[in-house]
Amino acid sequence: MAREIPYIAAVQEAIAQEMARDETVVFYGQDVAPSDEDPLVKRFGRERVRVSPISETAEIGMAIGLALAGYRPIVELLMAEFMLVAMDQVVNEAPRFRYMSGGRVKVPLVLKAGYGFTAGWAGQHTGSIYSMFMGVPGLKVVTPSTPADAKGLMASAVRDDNPVVYLMHYLLVLEQGEVPEGEHLVPIGEAAVRRPGSDVTIVATGWMVGRALAAAETLAGEGIDAEVIDPRSLQPLDLPTILSSVQRTGRLVLVDQGTRHASAASVIAAEVAEHGFESLRAPIKLVCALDTTIPYSQPMEAHVLPDEHKIAGAVREVLGTAPVTA
Amino acid sequence: MDARVAEDLLATMLRIRAFEERVAQLHRSLQIQGLVHLSIGGEGVAAAVCRQLRVDDAVYSTHRAHGHALAKGACAGRVMAELMGTRDGLCRGLGGSMHLVDAEHGLMGATGVVGGNLPLAAGDALAAALSGSDRVTVAFFGDGAVQAGHFAETVNLASLWCLPLILVCENNGMAEFTPRSEHTRVESVCELVAPYGFERRLVDGSDVVQVWDAFGELLAAARGGEHARRGPFLLECLVHRRRGHYEGDQQAYRDELAEAEWARLDPLQRFRALAAERGWVAPEQAERLAERAREEVDEAVAGARSGRPLPMAQAAELVYAS
Repeated sequence: MAREIPYIAAVQEAIAQEMARDETVVFYGQDVAPSDEDPLVKRFGRERVRVSPISETAEIGMAIGLALAGYRPIVELLMAEFMLVAMDQVVNEAPRFRYMSGGRVKVPLVLKAGYGFTAGWAGQHTGSIYSMFMGVPGLKVVTPSTPADAKGLMASAVRDDNPVVYLMHYLLVLEQGEVPEGEHLVPIGEAAVRRPGSDVTIVATGWMVGRALAAAETLAGEGIDAEVIDPRSLQPLDLPTILSSVQRTGRLVLVDQGTRHASAASVIAAEVAEHGFESLRAPIKLVCALDTTIPYSQPMEAHVLPDEHKIAGAVREVLGTAPVTA
Repeated sequence: MDARVAEDLLATMLRIRAFEERVAQLHRSLQIQGLVHLSIGGEGVAAAVCRQLRVDDAVYSTHRAHGHALAKGACAGRVMAELMGTRDGLCRGLGGSMHLVDAEHGLMGATGVVGGNLPLAAGDALAAALSGSDRVTVAFFGDGAVQAGHFAETVNLASLWCLPLILVCENNGMAEFTPRSEHTRVESVCELVAPYGFERRLVDGSDVVQVWDAFGELLAAARGGEHARRGPFLLECLVHRRRGHYEGDQQAYRDELAEAEWARLDPLQRFRALAAERGWVAPEQAERLAERAREEVDEAVAGARSGRPLPMAQAAELVYAS
């Protein structure tokens, strides 16, 4: 039974369902449940739902200790950038602990944060920095783009026995979508084909999925049939789905709201260049944010970021600029 | 403190001393590689604290973890195997000296980043509180860890949430290669946490009885207190770091200590003398214990030497828990 709810409600629903299902799940962070009327506090109490001070190193470090001691913490970090305050805990402790112990322990935890808001939130609150975490063995990274996936990936993230960086996109929070009631799990490491097509493969994440779909609509009017793939998980990455698509289309455009250098797009490009070289009929094209801090001024911000026009332009380029006519 | 306890403590301290002296030798002769940080001078604190803990009480250690690991019950053979990087090691050779984990005996972890273990220990203490258990968590750290953010944040949260966490600071007046006076104007760690208002003690870390008594009191409070007053607690132990920061450190920055002065600061020599004086452990018995410790370490080395590394394919499967 599916009904439409906003993305942000889908995330909350997953958290509530997982907390009800498993009493070892705890949830804390800055401004989490500031009042006793908050639904999570009312259902689960203030032992399991807590406000913590602005103290990322301790908040995340404690999550590791909790996880090692048999709990499943979800830490609300609000902004992806705030994880940077605690990079030791995120990169050097959480994901390395299991391996360094010889596999004797596990660290099940979820670092929940939002990213990519734009709209003048300026340089330190607007970044799409997920690629920083893709290169960390032991860490998982997910970026849901629909309400159903927001719920399904949160549930999977909580049940995963590894540290998961769960990044919700702030421009999607009010987007409505069909979300299954009850238990709904989306496997981590599985891409979704949002729009099947035959002329070009467009890979996009988060808010950019919608931009890619809009570009695909425009391109369809020009006789170009674009396939849009949403990886949903950046680590582990579902490379086989991308490769089999490129095998059919021969052309790849990678869209990333993050800055170009060392982006998720560049990671995927390298993998396809190595493993899918024979399939390619044109060079891979990256449509990323420019290599700059996001400026505050709105027109400048728009200039820096990818959009559907830039995506459509990139597709035309890999198809040899001339639109294909039926 | 009685004869039985004193003998246990002495045996543990002798084991740690023998182990560490052997590691120093093996490192010099390149049979143990990499960064190792020895606990010589810290045996009293390790033994007096860990002997009073239950198996289910957790300990988080630091880069200087061997003494804590052995005192908490880790098998010397498995620690030695870990230092030699073999699959029989506590961490299958994947962690090494700075990352010992022996969850079976409550050593939940050790970290190579100074202060990095503190929030983890607080998380463990929160787990203890949430589960309704009366177990406690001990976090070992040095005075060098106290100037980094991890410490202040951990103290704040542990105090805010009344966590059953006992912070045990081994203050040896050194942080890596520089003295404490070059790191901060605040001399004592106890002074630093004073505003939080929780119980704290300063003791001579080379005086095993003093450490035993003070820790015992804090432990009883942590374990038996009503929820609202379970913790945290701080025990600051003044100790002497006998060797360099790591093995291979030439210590050009320190004056060499006269043997007589070391005898005054060495927890092992002092406790051996005290135990004899109090009639707890006769000198001949102490010598037998020392001999047994050396034999145990010999066996540990012999066993570790015959070990092999983990196959890479197996190690690759350990990056993620499935």
